[in-house]
Amino acid sequence: MAQFDTTTNAGQLLAAASGGRRRRGDRIFSNTAVIAAVTILALLFGVAAFLVGEGLPALTASSSELPGHESFISYAAPLAFGTVLAGVLAMIIAVPLAVAVALFITHIAPPRIAMTLGYLVDLLAAIPSIIYGLWGIFVLGPAAVPVMKWLEEKLGFLPIFEGPASITGRTMLVVGLVLAVMILPIVSAIAREAFSQTPRKLQEGAQALGATRWEMIRTTVLPFGKSSVISGSMLGLGRALGETMAVAIILSVSGGVSFNLISQANPSTIAANVALNFPESSGLAINLLIATGLVLFAITLATNFLARLIIARSETE
Amino acid sequence: MTPPPDNTLASVPQRSIFAHTDGAGGSLPSWAPYGAFVGALVFCAAVEAALGWFTIALMLVFGALVAIVAIYGWSRAVEGRRRAKDRAITMAIATAFGIAMAPLISLLYEVIKRGVAGINWDFFTTTSRGVVGGGGAEHAIVGTLIITACAAVISVPIGIMAAIYMNEYGRGPLRRALTFFVDVMTGIPSIVAGLFAYALFELFLGPGIQLGIMGSLALSVLMIPIVIRSAEEVLKIVPNHLREAAYALGTPKWKVIVKVVLPTAFAGLVTGVMLATARIIGETAPLLVTTGVIDSMNTDPFSGRMQNLAVYAYNEYRSPGVMKQASYDRAWAAALTLIAIVMILNVIARLVYRRYRTEIR
Repeated sequence: MAQFDTTTNAGQLLAAASGGRRRRGDRIFSNTAVIAAVTILALLFGVAAFLVGEGLPALTASSSELPGHESFISYAAPLAFGTVLAGVLAMIIAVPLAVAVALFITHIAPPRIAMTLGYLVDLLAAIPSIIYGLWGIFVLGPAAVPVMKWLEEKLGFLPIFEGPASITGRTMLVVGLVLAVMILPIVSAIAREAFSQTPRKLQEGAQALGATRWEMIRTTVLPFGKSSVISGSMLGLGRALGETMAVAIILSVSGGVSFNLISQANPSTIAANVALNFPESSGLAINLLIATGLVLFAITLATNFLARLIIARSETE
Repeated sequence: MTPPPDNTLASVPQRSIFAHTDGAGGSLPSWAPYGAFVGALVFCAAVEAALGWFTIALMLVFGALVAIVAIYGWSRAVEGRRRAKDRAITMAIATAFGIAMAPLISLLYEVIKRGVAGINWDFFTTTSRGVVGGGGAEHAIVGTLIITACAAVISVPIGIMAAIYMNEYGRGPLRRALTFFVDVMTGIPSIVAGLFAYALFELFLGPGIQLGIMGSLALSVLMIPIVIRSAEEVLKIVPNHLREAAYALGTPKWKVIVKVVLPTAFAGLVTGVMLATARIIGETAPLLVTTGVIDSMNTDPFSGRMQNLAVYAYNEYRSPGVMKQASYDRAWAAALTLIAIVMILNVIARLVYRRYRTEIR
């Protein structure tokens, strides 16, 4: 702590008197701490550097050398599209629910059970993604088939529900739902934190003016937590963009670009594409996958950066 | 100073000050929301039964919608527009919470129901080596433990020392950079961490390399930021007067940290490490590209492929053998084992914190 550096003169004098042994201990310890800090920066730099290094051969190769004989852009663009589509879909489904969950825990549930409920929601975040994948393909997918058929019949005029509806449930809509379940705890944890920090004065003031609970929430809690909800949503989006196994298991992929959420033919996502193709690839195909990984890294980095920027701006206000 | 007597207020009945003037001034009984919900459920069940397509999910969803409308109408008639809106939105939020919790309940139920079918003694005591359509996951369980332990051995010292740096030493550009980049690191997708570990080892050991330790390195990239975040939180709440007291006795800084700060924060540090371990122990994607798939036991992280539970579950699902159902059962059994490990780690972490945390006044 900074303030001690001026007040430890006595200690330093004592240390000097005892031959600098203590000073040496201090030096070793603080150097170790600095090394740990630098190691982490080096590690992160290494992630970027090695991805660039191993991805470069695929980026610079001509399209005739690449597997599939198409250019990197035409290979990666549909994947990037699928990634963003799945992520945004998940975010659209998850954010309203996450806000409701956060409000329920902080302002509506009886305080005695609110903590337990919060713990339950956190539990959702601890479940490994492979299990969400298995649940999605064996449980949610089959359950969603009649719903998707209904959507095709009633709302088929919308491009997103154009159909033909899948009979296996391995669709973008199911992927979006599963990803939404996965990011919900992240978004709601951040929203919860902000909602519970709404100044009591504001809340009590609103109620003293005769506001009902909802009017109090609408006029004090929601405005106070708005930027946290936005940044939490961005962080959730970042998580959904990078999610691999659930997508790899559930989605039936055919490549191409399509907004159709309920059909059997879907664009793949970058992460799922790597997981599905990496084990059987070699040579330049591996470099190609690593290069798409670099694209994913850049997309998630930009998303997270935006989220942090929003947080930082709201903190200075 | 005594306030002037307020005769006007006293003579006015309380109700007219606080009650909302747009209503009839009454209020619903305290059981009204529950009553409306149960009533709506019964109503929907009856309608569905009459139509002849009864499903519980549909009943709950429509029941909640009907309940929201019902409580709004009832409250509006008795309490007025604003209270009615409040009640309807409260019920809508509670419904949304229920919808959000439904997947958790369904998931736990399915994992336990389907997992138990595949769990037996052989699952824990045999490997899949040379077995057609059978075998167990012993090698995967051992592999999971080894890979995770190695990841923890890499991440915990670096993570905690970095947290100490940030909280006790750090200032200036390095500290700011660290704060920022730890945030960035939290957002690295797990598959990207796996690709990084592969790219690093490929450079030195040639293409196609797959080792247990590569998986540990990939997991470390994911684990370190979680460890730093949680360690920083608990170091921050160690009160300054403890440090000051130690400095006043002439204790050197490193000894203050080792003998005062760390012991005070110990329970929190252990809890943080256990929760971080629980977070990475179920990772699949980075291990799929770094540790590979193998049927037999391998306890040496520095040589050859190493199986783990998450990849085992994925593989049993993706390439089921001749007996499809048995393979799926094993995938679910692996999922159940994994979820059990994660839950146990979570519960122990919380118990440790409750039992051993230092009371800070």
